[in-house]
Amino acid sequence: MSTNPPTPEPQAVIDAEMARVQAEAEKAHADGAPEELQPRRDYPPYRSSVLRHPKRPLVAAPEAFTELRGPVFGVTDVTELDSDLTRQHHGEPLGERIVVTGRVLDRDGRPVRGQLVEIWQANASGRYAHKGDQHPAPLDPNFTGAGRCLTDDEGRYTFTSIKPGAYPWRNHLNAWRPAHIHFSLFGTAFTQRLVTQMYFPNDPLFPYDPIFNSITDERARQRLISTYDHDLSSPEWSLGYRWDIVLDGPSATWMEEGR
Amino acid sequence: MRPPTPSQTVGPFFGYALPFPGGGDLVPPGHPRAITVHGAVLDGAGQPIPDALLEFWQADPAGGLAGAPGSMRRDPVTGSFAGRSGVGFTGFGRVATDADGHWTLRTLPPGPAAPGALPYISVCVFARGLLHHLYTRVYLEDGAGDPLLDSLDPDRRATLIARPEQDGAYRFDIHLQGSEETVFLDFG
Ligand SMILES: [Fe+2]
Repeated sequence: MSTNPPTPEPQAVIDAEMARVQAEAEKAHADGAPEELQPRRDYPPYRSSVLRHPKRPLVAAPEAFTELRGPVFGVTDVTELDSDLTRQHHGEPLGERIVVTGRVLDRDGRPVRGQLVEIWQANASGRYAHKGDQHPAPLDPNFTGAGRCLTDDEGRYTFTSIKPGAYPWRNHLNAWRPAHIHFSLFGTAFTQRLVTQMYFPNDPLFPYDPIFNSITDERARQRLISTYDHDLSSPEWSLGYRWDIVLDGPSATWMEEGR
Repeated sequence: MRPPTPSQTVGPFFGYALPFPGGGDLVPPGHPRAITVHGAVLDGAGQPIPDALLEFWQADPAGGLAGAPGSMRRDPVTGSFAGRSGVGFTGFGRVATDADGHWTLRTLPPGPAAPGALPYISVCVFARGLLHHLYTRVYLEDGAGDPLLDSLDPDRRATLIARPEQDGAYRFDIHLQGSEETVFLDFG
């Protein structure tokens, strides 16, 4: 039996599905449902989510001694250069040099100190240094696009990089991801683990992207968008973006002090 | 309470950034007390997921949860990964699934995190297509008195118990969806 590859669906089909989910979510919230602070795992406009989310409800885990602690990292796990993605090769990468900084906090607003922050991103042309990304945009021999650092005593992280380009993907016909940097964060508890994506302000691709719009709450979506901060920009050198991160989930210290 | 920063999928391209050499080897090869835990990550059609990332966090054999740095030691001379020192136990592992959706962890058996508690390895699951990570647990053996296991029906409970194999190996498949869907956890 031979099968033809499915014809890619147009953007309009995805737009209509996103609008329907959005309207349902807004109505549910108006009728008293709590704000949806996280994306929906079941979000059909993002086609890859369909078979990759559980259909049964999550089970409350009592006595989570292990998960209320978490892995620790230290100075041996990072080098100074890991936080500067523009200095990992012999030459300078192409693109718009940026500094991205912010604080990692828990839900009580306390800084998450000495914890690991990892990032990865496409180059200025929107291409990843990954064999799986074969779309016709150039690789940059002077840019890999992966970095890491530890947060300081105020929970602050800082990376120097290049503004990533938007890139196409095959969720549907003419699907493009808004420019973003992938972030991975650890808190003091395994329950606070977070992998997410930081976006740039005023990206015209936001309304078309099912990954961004899988977060149905407008204010929650805005929490993924960094702020351009002119005071962070350096003359004749780089543009500055600020993005603070709040880790979800309880921790042992939170449980102990919260009583 | 501040509202949390929402999650987004790890996507398809984490492979050159997050996995690190020896990520699944919490103990050096040939360690006399090492156990091997392995399995597949599967989708709702029973197909293996070749672009999932699993993280493991566990107590040391005495039940200690202090952990230790050095899971992903960096070599400042070359900028490459230096590997774990082999001294001390970090309690943390990270493994990307292979083209068959399979993963392998070599570690020490966790001790009870509280007196009398059943030991387990905590697992955090990321994947392309998964918009918000999922937590589960690998219990190396079933037993009485675990409040989570005791809250589950027998067939659901069975999804959290690893199946012993030869030579200190345990099999633990993770089904994101379907009739054998793994129990995933909510910590409130
Ligand atoms: Fe991406």
